[in-house]
Amino acid sequence: MSDALKFEYKISGENFASAGEATMRIKKELRSLGFTPALIRRVSIAMYEGEINMVIHAGGGVATVLVYPECVEITLADQGPGIADISLAMQEGYTTAPDAIRSFGFGAGMGLPNMKKYTDDMRIESELNKGTTVYMKINA
Amino acid sequence: MKFEQIRQILNAQAVCCEEHLDAEASAAAYASDMMSDVLAFVTDETVLLTGLVNEQVIRTAAMLDMRCIILVRGKQPTPGMVQLAKQNEIAIMATGFNLYESCGMLYSNGLKEGC
Repeated sequence: MSDALKFEYKISGENFASAGEATMRIKKELRSLGFTPALIRRVSIAMYEGEINMVIHAGGGVATVLVYPECVEITLADQGPGIADISLAMQEGYTTAPDAIRSFGFGAGMGLPNMKKYTDDMRIESELNKGTTVYMKINA
Repeated sequence: MKFEQIRQILNAQAVCCEEHLDAEASAAAYASDMMSDVLAFVTDETVLLTGLVNEQVIRTAAMLDMRCIILVRGKQPTPGMVQLAKQNEIAIMATGFNLYESCGMLYSNGLKEGC
């Protein structure tokens, strides 16, 4: 694989209103690099859902995005509470988000299933009280 | 259908990016107050109807390349929403009709759901 362009963003966990800023920046970068709207859309949805998750559940984290001509790899790492049961968390409609989040239009239990739906590869590593790392790959 | 026709059908007030009202909407719209569902189910719709008012509405629309947001039930956007919408060139309009009425009026005038 050829050399990657690397982008790294710190995701603040303090302000829900700012969630999605890193994704907006990546979207702009990918557009200027000439990727297709279809790829940019898939990357945007997957990373945005992941960013929202980190803000809701983990107090923020770090997003690292590697851009290759043939694919985009996103790694979202947090030091939050971890996911107790990953297969349960992957089910549509299952959520542990607090009620307050639903007033923002999120917390419907669609985040992880959406991320899976729009990516070609997705892996979750999680340890309780240590944190969660989500790896996603989207082929161009 | 042009965004301006949508504005007229809903007797809506153009709040920002009025210059895009002359643009052509795809023949499709999506309505929800849950942004998670919008991200999950929108395919090629370019118009979003919602009663939710916060910055994530604009970001969600931007991620999906939606071009027009219609706020229903007399809701008005926050200054933060207007700023984000301008950055992303997304038109916002506000109507006094509720979500059900707004969808019904647009649907019966030929604006359908996406495929």
